[in-house]
Formats: sequence, structure tokens, C-alpha cells
Amino acid sequence: MSGAYAGALLFAVLALPPMRSALERVMIAHTLVQIPLLAVAGAFAAAALPAPVKARIAAWNKGGVAGTLLALIASSWWMVPRALDLALAAPLMEVTKFATLPLLVGAPIALSWRELGGIGRGFVIANVLPMWAVVGWLYAAAPVRVCNYYLVEEQVTAGVGLLAASVALAVAAGLRSFRTVAPRPG
Amino acid sequence: MRDVPWLRTAAASLVVCVAGGALFWYGSDGFRALTTEQARRRAIAHSPRVLPVVALEDQDGRPFTLGDYRGRPVAVDFVYTQCQSICPLLSAGFQRLDRAERSRPAGRQLQLVSISFDPRDTPARLREYASHYDADGRAWRFARVRDTRDLAALLGAFGITVISNGRGDFQHNAAVHVVDGHGRLARVLDMGAPPAEVARAVATNARREPRVSSR
Repeated sequence: MSGAYAGALLFAVLALPPMRSALERVMIAHTLVQIPLLAVAGAFAAAALPAPVKARIAAWNKGGVAGTLLALIASSWWMVPRALDLALAAPLMEVTKFATLPLLVGAPIALSWRELGGIGRGFVIANVLPMWAVVGWLYAAAPVRVCNYYLVEEQVTAGVGLLAASVALAVAAGLRSFRTVAPRPG
Repeated sequence: MRDVPWLRTAAASLVVCVAGGALFWYGSDGFRALTTEQARRRAIAHSPRVLPVVALEDQDGRPFTLGDYRGRPVAVDFVYTQCQSICPLLSAGFQRLDRAERSRPAGRQLQLVSISFDPRDTPARLREYASHYDADGRAWRFARVRDTRDLAALLGAFGITVISNGRGDFQHNAAVHVVDGHGRLARVLDMGAPPAEVARAVATNARREPRVSSR
């Protein structure tokens, strides 16, 4: 159950008004710290669900397919510049962000990742990371300011940050997969 | 019954894709407005906005409101005189519009108003700025709100977000706003839109506004 506490604690810390305003004041902190951590909080909580509940969900999520699709669609929305602006401008959208990232991104990933299997995971990683890299590149290279609430310099920083994070994750995933397929001694 | 989990999963996946796609579609105006600025322009083009009556004063301290222009379309932009980045481009675009309007054989069709949102901009500063761009102060006026408490309402009605970088500079939506003869914000065009494009927007808008709103 400690995972549930960790998830709840992380969520509570992120929801503290001073923490919220500190992270949302800077675009890269909003996009690359707050949003991923909200998903992580949901993942911790979901991993700690009791086994019968997990089994009931798994009956609708064979191979992790439905959960992965859910997480992909919901996470894509929060990469749209307008969504970031709306979260800052409209309290209802901010609440939606705090609800959907744990429940519709983090939790389904936690409940689906193992189910996906090696090929499924590889497929997701190989599709998502280039997409993130392209989104980051677009943010960095766009000739216009795409968010009303962030300065154009911040947009470039956030874009480069997302690009760098995608490359780093790709390298990590690559190293890991080569280590896995390398012939084992004996 | 071995296949039931796959059927359920297929059903769940279908629901996720349809519902997710529909919400995404709704949230992005059919994938056509991924930024707030795109959404603002589409919403205004779709249904022109009635603007609040806000007391302005121009570079000579003369009071006026955008409502005074009834019957004559106005192009409005938002600037501040100390801006080094985007406002000079906006103002150069307005200067081009102004020249095109002056040389129009059939007479001037479009009035120009540049509104400053910076409390530091006094009429004297606006006058000096206007002279840089050869504005006559009549057909192209530089203005500010008379009461700074009205500024938020004015910016809100236009959909302008102004953010400070903390070093005395601002970033803000840069665009050409066409206010039609009924005093409604009717179209938003790219900064630096060529005079012919602005004239076309004014003309097409005039054609589709036969019903005079009584407001």
C-alpha cells in the first residue's frame, strides 16, 4: 500500500497552491515537471490497487491495449498549446488537468505496461518518443508564440527540453533493449 | 468464453478512441485550433463580438470611444511605445495600411487606431511615437484607456493577453483587428497583413452584415 501513499502524497504536494503557481509560472516546469509527475502520481496509486480490482479492469484491458490507447490520447491533449493556456486561464480546465493526468494517463499506463509485452512496449516507445521529439522541435522552432501565457523564450526552452528528454529516453530504451537481447553467458 | 476479454478490450478500445477523438475534436475546433490565438480568430470570424464602450484618449488627449466610428470600419492593434520586438513590426504594417488608404482613389475606407496597454504611455509619448510612423493623429490615432481600470475589460473583449517579462517588457497577441461599421470586432488578421488583404476582409465582412444589430 505504500505506493498508494506515495501517489497520494505526490498528488497533494503538486496540488498545493504555492507549488502549483511555482511550476506553472515557468513553461518547462509546467510541461516537463508538473504534467509528468501528475501522471506518475496516478501510476503509483493504480499499481497499489487491490488485486480483485486490477483483475476486473484487466478483463477490459487484455494485452494492455485499451489502457495504452487511453493514455496516448489523453497525454496528447496536454501537449496542445491551447490546452496549456486553458489550464492557466480556466479553473475548470485546471481541475480537468489534475484529474485526467493521474486517472487517464498515469493509471492506465501502470495497469497496461506489463500486459503489453515486449513487442507492444517497443512499439509504443518507438512511436511515442519520435512524436514527442517532433512536438518539442515544433515548440522550439515555431515562428510564432503558441501559448498566450508564456514568453516565446520559454517556449523555445520547453521545446528543446522535450526534445532532449525524448532523445535521452530513446537512448536509455535502446541501451536497455540491447542489453536484453544480448546473448547471456551459459 | 476464452474470447470474451478480447471482445471487451476491443469494445473498451473503441469507446476510448471514439470518446477521446470526439473530445479532442471538440477541444481543438475540429483539429483546426491548436493554439488559443487560432481559436480566438476562428470564434471572432464565426460570430463578430460586440465590444464594450471604453473611454479612450488619443495622443492629443482627445477623448473618444471605438463606438464613435459607427458606420466606418476601423483597424485596431495593441502596442506599447517602449516595445523593441513585435510592436515596431505591427506599427510598420499599420503604416503601410495608412499609406495605402491615403492613396486610395475612392477615398479613405479604413480608420486606424493603435491602443497602448502600457500605463507608462502618456499622450505625449504616444504623440512622439505617432510621429515616428508619420501618423496624422486623426485617421490613424494612438490611444490609451482613460481609466486604467477599463483596460482588462477592453483587452478581454478583444481576447488580448498581455504578459510581462519582469524587465519592463511585455509579450502580447500581435494582430490586425477589424472592427466593422457596427462597432463589432469582426475579423482578426495576421500582423503585417497586406493592405489588399485587409481591404478584402473589410469588404467581405460588410457584405455579410445586412442586419444592423440594435445593440
